[in-house]
Parts: sequence; C-alpha cells; structure tokens
Amino acid sequence: MTVDETRILVPCGALGSGVRADEVDAGLALAPHAIALDAGSTDSGPAYLATGKSKYSREAVKRDLAILMRAGQTAGIPLLIGSCGTSGCDMAVDWTLDIVLELARAQGDTPRIAVLYAEQDKAALSAKAAAGAVRALSPAGPLDDAALGPCGHIVALLGPEPYIAAVEAGADIVLGGRTTDTAVLAAVALMRGGAPGAAWHAAKIAECGGLCTVNPTSPGVMMSVDGEGFSIAPLSPTNHCTPYTVSAHMLYENSDPFRLVEPGGVLDVTDARYAALDERTVRVTGSRWEPMPYTMKLEGAGGGPFQTMMFVGIEDPEVLADVDGFVGRMDYALRRRLARTLPEQAAQIDVSLRPYGWNAVSGRPPPPGAPPPREIGLMFVATAPTQALATEAAKVCNPFFFHFPVREGKELPSYAFPFSPAEIERGQVFEFHLNHVVATDSPFELVRTKWVETAARARASADA
Amino acid sequence: MPRLREVCRYVRSKNAGPFWITVDLFFDGPGSYALYADDPAIGAAAVAQLYGVDAGQVKRFKVDALNVVKLSFPRLKPQGGALERDMHGGQQFVPLLDLDLA
Repeated sequence: MTVDETRILVPCGALGSGVRADEVDAGLALAPHAIALDAGSTDSGPAYLATGKSKYSREAVKRDLAILMRAGQTAGIPLLIGSCGTSGCDMAVDWTLDIVLELARAQGDTPRIAVLYAEQDKAALSAKAAAGAVRALSPAGPLDDAALGPCGHIVALLGPEPYIAAVEAGADIVLGGRTTDTAVLAAVALMRGGAPGAAWHAAKIAECGGLCTVNPTSPGVMMSVDGEGFSIAPLSPTNHCTPYTVSAHMLYENSDPFRLVEPGGVLDVTDARYAALDERTVRVTGSRWEPMPYTMKLEGAGGGPFQTMMFVGIEDPEVLADVDGFVGRMDYALRRRLARTLPEQAAQIDVSLRPYGWNAVSGRPPPPGAPPPREIGLMFVATAPTQALATEAAKVCNPFFFHFPVREGKELPSYAFPFSPAEIERGQVFEFHLNHVVATDSPFELVRTKWVETAARARASADA
Repeated sequence: MPRLREVCRYVRSKNAGPFWITVDLFFDGPGSYALYADDPAIGAAAVAQLYGVDAGQVKRFKVDALNVVKLSFPRLKPQGGALERDMHGGQQFVPLLDLDLA
C-alpha cells in the first residue's frame, strides 16, 4: 500500500524567534497538511519552568502567531504548537492561549482551539512513584519529597497522540503544554500513516527549523514524510539542505547521535542514509522506530536562594600581573569581613569572585605562563537565603571590593564601578530538580484536553 | 604530535538537557579522523578526568559518515544553579583544544 506524502510546514525553531512571512507563503504554495512548531525548551535554564514565564516577549510571540494563524486559516490546515510559553506549564499555555484569542478577535477568526495541558500534580506523581511507575535517569535520585518539594511547576513531556486526537476531532489550532520537540512535528505525519521511523526522524531534523540548512538564519523548513522515508528542504528558495547539514543535525543537543528516546519508543538512525534529491532537498531512508512501553519524561524546577552582584573593571597593571593572587587575597578578606560583621548569618552566605578576562568562564587555573590580561571585569556574587541578606552581604563587602589594595601597606586604590548603587539585586536562583520518566497506562493518562470554541464565544458576546 | 585543534575544523559543546553536556569534535577530514578518532587523549577515561566526572558515565560515539567523535558527560551540577558559569555549556569544549594527540 502506498502511503500519501504528508508535508509539514515548520516555520522556525521556536515560536517568537521570528517567523518570516515570505517563507511561510513559499511553504503554503506547496500545499502542506499542517503547520507545526515548538515554542519551548529547557535549553535556556530553569527560571522559565520555575516561574512559568515565557522567555520570548509577548509581542514577539504575537507577531509570529499572527502570521501563522492567518496562514493556517488561509490554507485550511491545522496549526500545532508544542511547549507553549517556553516551559509548557499550565500558566505558560494559558498565556499563549490569551494571545491567540486576542489575535482571533482582531482578525475576525473563529478557530476551534484544543488546549493540551501537561502540568502534573505532586501527589499524583508521588502515588505513581509509590506504585513503581517512576524511574530516575542518570544522574538523579529517586522521585521523593526532597525532589518534588522545591518544584514550582512540574510537567510531563507529551507525545504525539493528544495532538493527533485533537486534529482528528477537528481542531484548527492545537496549543500544547510541554511536548518533546519531535512529537508535535511528527503528529500529523503519523496520523496520516507515515512510516514512524521517518516521521520521528524528520521531526528531529526539523525541530530547530533552519539549523539543518546551510543558512540557519533562514528559519523555515518543509518536512515531507511517506511510507518509506522523508525529505527535507528549506522554505526559502535561496537556501539549501545538504546530506551533511541534515545528518549533522542529529548531533545537536543530543547526548546520543544515533538513538533518541521518545514517548512510546526509540528512534534509531544508525542505518539512515542521506542523499541529495536536488540541490535544495535531502531524502532520508533507513530510519527505524522501535516501539516500547509508553513513558513520559518529567521536568521540574523551583526557586532556591537569592543573589546580589557587584562588578568592577580593573586596568591597574600591578593587579593584572598576578590576578590569581589578588583575587585569592580579596576572597579571604571578604570572608573575614563577613564573619566579623554578620557573625550570625555568615555561614548562610556564599561569596563568589569571578575575574572575567582571566578565568571566570571556566573557573579553571589558566595555563602556566599565561600573559597578564589588559583588563579584567571582576564579578562579585553573594548568594543567601533571602534577597535582603544577599544585598546586606554585598554592602558589607562593598568597601573592600572597591578599594582592595594590591598588597598590604599600599595606598588604597579605587576600581572602576560602572553603576550606582554598586550592588545589583539579581533575584532568585532557580534550579532543576527532576530527571525522571513515568510509565503511563496510555498516552492520555497525564494529559488534560480543553476545547475553546471561539465561534460560540463570539456568538455569545454578540447576543449579550 | 598535533594538538586537537590542529586536526579538527570545528569543536563545539552544548547542553543536552539540564543534566548533560555534549561535545562534538569535527575532524578536518577522513585522514585525521582515521588517525586520531581513537586517540586515548580523547578517550572516555581522559575526558572523565578532564571534566571531573566518573569514566563510566562518559558516552562516546564515532560518527564515521561525518568524521565526528561525540563525547557526552553529566554536569557536576544541574544547569542553572547558584554557581553556574556556563548556562548552555557552550564554552565547555575549550579545555580539549590543546590536548596533545599521539
């Protein structure tokens, strides 16, 4: 049986990063079956999941959504967005829904919207763990109260099944909570009978949009999946995919370049073959999908201590001749000053000095004989249980940090503070706490689907 | 006895989820790849020592079609904690550049 080709328009690597309307138009001319993209990741750190706030600005997301909603409506094809609002927790999904509804009203659209929630309840997860359904991934401990307790939000990464169910039920727009990057792109191709290995592999290659092309600043790609394999090409007529750029993308942000664990199986590309179909398009065959018992990965993050920082610039050659000695002496002096001035709280305060321009990035000793830098930026970071205490620590350290002599007995120098006041309240530290997978009875067990019928809403508000 | 940077056209590092760092060594051609991909200086034990992790946790892959060696290892602390210096792990490749190969 021949499987019809499924074309998925992937307009960019992340909603809000800048969709190009001309590329989307070029893609629509090829009659895609869906527009799909991802709007989030843990890539930028734990703050977005811990707080539920989006990394991209509301206006940037709104601009991209306006282009994509109009494109979906014009072509009469569904728009699928995974990991809404960066973290894909419930408030991030609702933040995205709010923008979609605002645009629908402004554009006079009445889309049927399916909203897929992926946020998880701690008690329910504890029960799953007690039942032996949760497995820790290296490096992590068991899913106990110590791991769950500090999490502000916990999400389970959705697979493609809830997207497929939503599209089959007639959704024009599907807004998903946290989802694997690949699942949201693979969904419609799987729904239409595309080979699972090809659909998942195509989705992995397309997940960062233009990163699999020779010109990654051109963000859109089209993935076309059939019964034997898939092909991929950039949306821009001036950009190209080559077997090298496509196969090399399997390396990107993956700890394993051959096998990718997904909900319900493993994608294995060990035997995949990459061939140029024409000068812009690459054809891939030989990707395998190994079905496995259904599991979903968990992500959780929460707030920790608070930080206050200070920063000085130093050009004094006497300091720069021995940066390590200078920073070491200052570190000792600051700790002693804190112990004497804040004796009750000093044990709760951490001070970190990082000389940018010398070895702040790695924290490793520079190679022996490294020449003195021309200048350094010395960063001071105080970490404490409260913002007030972190700032108190910075203020206690301020005169030493500003005037620390190159050696004892020398006149007091003044280093170059760029700001007043000198201390900057950086806010809370956020941390990832979970690295676990949970086995589920079905792909829908941990997902909640809500339908938003904008036509009914519009009628209700017209009647009112 | 070349240094790694002399036989690679590109070396990069990146976070692979919040708990892992992955490094890609793009050798400058099949010749260098054949000569140096299995060099002990970029073997699991040496990499583990360089980054302060357990050798059993270093994953090492050879991607022959791309002349690439990929090294993945757990972070000592999850991404983004109080003492984070490299949120995306994008500079973690640098200590490898000057390794001497046999």
